[in-house]
Amino acid sequence: MTSDRPAVLTLEGLQGLIEALAAEGYRVLGPTRRDGAIVYDAIAGLDDLPAGWGDEQDGGRYRLVERGDAALFGYAVGPHSWKRELHPPHLTLFRTRREADGFSVEAAADEPEPTAFLGVRACELAAIAVQDRTFLEGPQADPHYARRRAGSFLVAVNCGEPAGTCFCVSMETGPRARGGYDLALTELLDAAGHRFLLEVGSERGRALAERLDARPAEAADLAASRAVSERAAGRMGRRMETGGIKALLQENQEHARWDQVAERCLSCANCTMVCPTCFCTTVEDTSDLSGETAARVRRWDSCFTLDFSYIHGGTVRGSTKARYRQWMTHKLASWYDQFGVSGCVGCGRCIAWCPVGIDITEEVAAIRGEKNPESAG
Amino acid sequence: MSAMAAGAAATDPMLPAVARVVGRRRETADVWTLEVAPPDGWAGFAPGQFNMLYLPGLGEVPISMSGDPAAPGPIRHTVRAVGAVSAALAALRPGAAVGLRGPYGSAWPVAEAAGADVVVMAGGLGLAPLRPALYRLRAERARYGRVALLYGTRSPADILFRRELERWRRQLDLEIEVTVDRAAGDWRGSVGVVTRLLPRIAFEPVSSVALVCGPEVMMRFAADALLDAGVPEPRIHLSMERNMRCAIGQCGHCQFGADFVCKDGPVMSYDRLRARLKIREL
Ligand SMILES: Cc1cc2nc3c(=O)[nH]c(=O)nc-3n(C[C@H](O)[C@H](O)[C@H](O)COP(=O)(O)OP(=O)(O)OC[C@H]3O[C@@H](n4cnc5c(N)ncnc54)[C@H](O)[C@@H]3O)c2cc1C
Ligand code: SF4
Ligand code: SF4
Ligand code: FES
Repeated sequence: MTSDRPAVLTLEGLQGLIEALAAEGYRVLGPTRRDGAIVYDAIAGLDDLPAGWGDEQDGGRYRLVERGDAALFGYAVGPHSWKRELHPPHLTLFRTRREADGFSVEAAADEPEPTAFLGVRACELAAIAVQDRTFLEGPQADPHYARRRAGSFLVAVNCGEPAGTCFCVSMETGPRARGGYDLALTELLDAAGHRFLLEVGSERGRALAERLDARPAEAADLAASRAVSERAAGRMGRRMETGGIKALLQENQEHARWDQVAERCLSCANCTMVCPTCFCTTVEDTSDLSGETAARVRRWDSCFTLDFSYIHGGTVRGSTKARYRQWMTHKLASWYDQFGVSGCVGCGRCIAWCPVGIDITEEVAAIRGEKNPESAG
Repeated sequence: MSAMAAGAAATDPMLPAVARVVGRRRETADVWTLEVAPPDGWAGFAPGQFNMLYLPGLGEVPISMSGDPAAPGPIRHTVRAVGAVSAALAALRPGAAVGLRGPYGSAWPVAEAAGADVVVMAGGLGLAPLRPALYRLRAERARYGRVALLYGTRSPADILFRRELERWRRQLDLEIEVTVDRAAGDWRGSVGVVTRLLPRIAFEPVSSVALVCGPEVMMRFAADALLDAGVPEPRIHLSMERNMRCAIGQCGHCQFGADFVCKDGPVMSYDRLRARLKIREL
């Protein structure tokens, strides 16, 4: 492959892509089936991918189903997001050592391996762009995120099978990747065979693509790829009306709906853990028994915990109502003030992984005064 | 891509410098002022800003600077021992090491207040973050109109910086009114909430600037009293307090509506805060 003209990879070609990434020195991560879910893990080749598995998702529900075909990327999204890689759940920041005159501080070694992500959905590319704003574009960049981000090679795979919880069309983040990737694939499974349309999105992507055994795409391949995205766009399980959403939430902080949702919400923090854009962390201090050495560890945190807003004398957001309101108002409203974009990319994870099935799209509709959010079906 | 530009070798803004305590002074039963030698690279601070002070194995907390920003020498922090970290900080002796990151946050609009009357209202330990502003107001006293400090605290024994306040009062640079919540028989000053002091001072409300720091309830009442007196909302400045884990806008803990108190605050004007202060548990 020599130009930016889309190309077509066969299954062997895809195996070649994984091997080429590994040969370039990337640790390759991709979708695998484990414990009844599609999660991101190390892969060596096609055999590790969840061939023939799809997912069924709804409020409080996630289930793998056999598709009856050989699709390797025939699911929507699982509980993992690439946030785990770029903004790790657990990271040692530094260690201290007691010295005669006090203590010394030493940054923890942080040399993340260059990593290729295979199977990044359009909503996840959008989520990465959202986190870039938090961690790279503030007054002080987070060097841990910056290192991981600079060392990551993104292979997008356009979504062909949105789940019942998906609403990327409403959030204008998908289902087709529109940039922010090194390479993008569309899985095609039709009479013309099992193959992948390959599009280049960066210089690195081009360099890698040139080494692959691929044929130039024909008009029929391009049309088939577009059709996959159009079909997916038409099958969003949910929708969210986003017109004026910032004002809607910021001006309805005392809406009765917050009390109603608080009666159901368990404050379990699942929604913030699975969300690909939630960035909050806390820091924990540990020391050995003698107090000789200590470490400072950064850990994912959630605005659903009581400690999160603790200041001496009490917690600011003591009620579940206040915490749920913080979460949803942050995602859909104050994020615009802070980062100029929505904090929600429409991936639907918070809906599926909520133990009681609270649905962010339904909550927005309720605050708008709509009884049932119409489904785009 | 910005990810590349951010560079791989950037140092971690979460790493504290190790600074040395060079002095310690008891202010009240549970409040101490620490003097810390400026670490390498320290470029000074503006009144109202804070540092993150860290002790190994214990934790890191936001503490305001309480000294004169123009004075060379140690950085002053006035700490009330309320919990594990603050108590350990308050107990540090000269020679001890302390982790320090900063300065962070927005500043009191001291220079912007030139030409105006300035009303400083402090509740309890809230006087500490205001003291750097008072030093600057005094240092350039001729640039301001009337300057008043209204200070409310729990009891006469809790009055911070007492000798300094008495000296300032004698020098007639500042009008200083102090009130306490409760007092034994030998207290001849005021008893009651700090807002009750406002009618005692002469100032031109419409053109004045108010700097307010204290517990959030005190600040709400103070702001209401200032508004009632005719001070315009954008001229009233409060210093907000929220849980802080990073001080650089990345941990999310300090959010107050859309603001990160650590970088958009802590000092913010009332017009920006008004709607949010009315919402419970925001
Ligand atoms: C901008 C700012 C400036 C401050 N300036 C001063 C000052 O000059 N002097 C002073 O004595 N105190 C100041 N504080 C309050 C001080 O940070 C808390 O008293 C301190 O964090 C309490 O920690 P602790 O571990 O001793 O108490 P605990 O009650 O055991 O608190 C546990 C943890 O909760 C968090 N926390 C508790 N209270 C607060 C609080 N009020 N604000 C933020 N986080 C809190 C801390 O992370 C703390 O480690 C300031 C707070 C802020 C936000
Ligand atoms: S809020 Fe929910 S739907 Fe939106 S990005 Fe986060 S997990 Fe996905
Ligand atoms: S929704 Fe909560 S956990 Fe997520 S980024 Fe906002 S404050 Fe943090
Ligand atoms: S203290 Fe971490 S975001 Fe403000």
